[in-house]
Amino acid sequence: MDYILSIVILACINMIAVLGLSIFTGFTGLFSLGHAAFVAVGAYTSAILTYYYYVPFYLALAAGGVAAGLVSLVIGVPTLRAKLRSDYFAIAILGFGEALRVILENLEITNGARGLPGIDGFTTLPVVLVCLAGGVLVARNFLRSRWGAACIAIREDPVAAEMAGVRLFRTRLLSLAVSAVYCGLSGGLLAHFLSFIQPVMFTLVQSTQLLAAVIAGGMGSISGPLIASFVFIALPEALRVAQMWRLVAYGLLLVLIMVYRPQGLMGYSEISAFFRKNGNPEGRSRS
Amino acid sequence: MFLQTLITGLSIGGIYALMAVGYSLVFSVLNFSNFAHGAVIMLGAYVGLALATKFSLGFGLVLAGSIAGAGIIAVLNERLAYSSLRRRKAPSLYLMISAMGCAVFLENLVYATIGSRFYAFPEFFGRQVISIGRSSVSLLDVGAFLFALAAILGLHLFITRTRTGIAIRAGVSDMTMCSLMGVDLDRLISIVFLLAGGFAGVAGVFLGIKYLVYPTMGWVTNKAYIAAVIGGLGSLPGALAGGLVLGVVETFVSSYVSSVMRDVFSFTLLIAFLVWRPNGLLGQDSEEKV
Repeated sequence: MDYILSIVILACINMIAVLGLSIFTGFTGLFSLGHAAFVAVGAYTSAILTYYYYVPFYLALAAGGVAAGLVSLVIGVPTLRAKLRSDYFAIAILGFGEALRVILENLEITNGARGLPGIDGFTTLPVVLVCLAGGVLVARNFLRSRWGAACIAIREDPVAAEMAGVRLFRTRLLSLAVSAVYCGLSGGLLAHFLSFIQPVMFTLVQSTQLLAAVIAGGMGSISGPLIASFVFIALPEALRVAQMWRLVAYGLLLVLIMVYRPQGLMGYSEISAFFRKNGNPEGRSRS
Repeated sequence: MFLQTLITGLSIGGIYALMAVGYSLVFSVLNFSNFAHGAVIMLGAYVGLALATKFSLGFGLVLAGSIAGAGIIAVLNERLAYSSLRRRKAPSLYLMISAMGCAVFLENLVYATIGSRFYAFPEFFGRQVISIGRSSVSLLDVGAFLFALAAILGLHLFITRTRTGIAIRAGVSDMTMCSLMGVDLDRLISIVFLLAGGFAGVAGVFLGIKYLVYPTMGWVTNKAYIAAVIGGLGSLPGALAGGLVLGVVETFVSSYVSSVMRDVFSFTLLIAFLVWRPNGLLGQDSEEKV
């Protein structure tokens, strides 16, 4: 039972990070290979705050999210202002993520590559579920707001969106910061669940897993990536498939999805569309 | 000391340049970042390793074998993962995700089947050194640098002097026009991937000899992206210049500043170039087309 519980908790923690990346990649259309870095910032910030400074858990969790959001500005401001092509941006954020990991491996306070053991395990199922539910609610409202509409417009056509008065730089930066806050929050929960963190946990592989969930779930859907990430985390664990074969499957899946179903599992629609009587199954966000 | 650092830097830079050339070739024709290039380099190194240890072939045959092996792998990779996307003119983002998937797939397939062990090549060059002035440099370093120069020069001649080379350059400037003029695009792109794969094979063998062979060694190609960006994406002389600059700068940073901060420095350099000079030193216009 404990084993199943821990899988559910891990899956939910992962879902929060995927939700964040979904806002950035799925809805704003920018491809990121560095979001694991924001998870790392959140994890280390909240862990260090409770570990060395005895800050209350919830405050530390929030601080982790805020820290990740601020760090995202460091890479976001110069690269998004320069309006890099989508793959240049992906390479830039990839480099940023790797550089940040090297820095974490060499800082005194993070205990270097050895990692930080003995973090208090505050993360329980109710805490995670509340965070996830809150996250979904906030994401939904954000995407239905003026800002969310601007994000979707940018994904569909940046030039047309700019002509229509959407401020590219500000909207993209906001979307990046919001997604980073989600990842930071997820990192804080992760640190206080595993009670041990190490820089190797936040490599490119982790970024790829997040991205795989978003793409497999569907760009422009909230529920699709959540389902995909749950399936990706929970199923292989339950089937006891070794970590490496899971990654083999991830890679193959990414290629197959791009070749056969580039819109992903849910396309541009939400799971609720299937339950609505007169609902349009193609969804409304396709505009 | 200074001269020795410079030559070590140039030899590492030569290997970076070999990797960056393969990457730039694909970028210049298909206009997307082929993240699977690193995995092809890694597989090339494994092919070379198998030839060297299982069949105990000499250096020349090992090199030839891994060039052929990596070239074929690159062509198959294009056929399976990119060609259908290319035909439906999918956005380059899709190609990039597909490439990313290939990288993860190939790397972990090796991990799951061959294992995560580190393998060493037999010592082809021993520990021979050449003394220049008061400093001594290893034969491998000098050889790698000279070989990289020769290979890239050869590629340059091929691209500028032969009919196929002219077709490739035509494809770079306008794919549609090129196919209207009677060039078989599928064949052309296969040739490009074959060339890129061949260079990946060379880079893989040199990397394997200089360091070790292991499943994630392809991530060294992060350095190839940086080199390609510094030199200008899609430009062959740029890839050479970028590789050499990066290799030399990195070696100097690690020997005079700190070896730990070398990677941080390289990535910062990458971001600085992307922000201030996305066209690189020798690249052409890189604005997103409307």
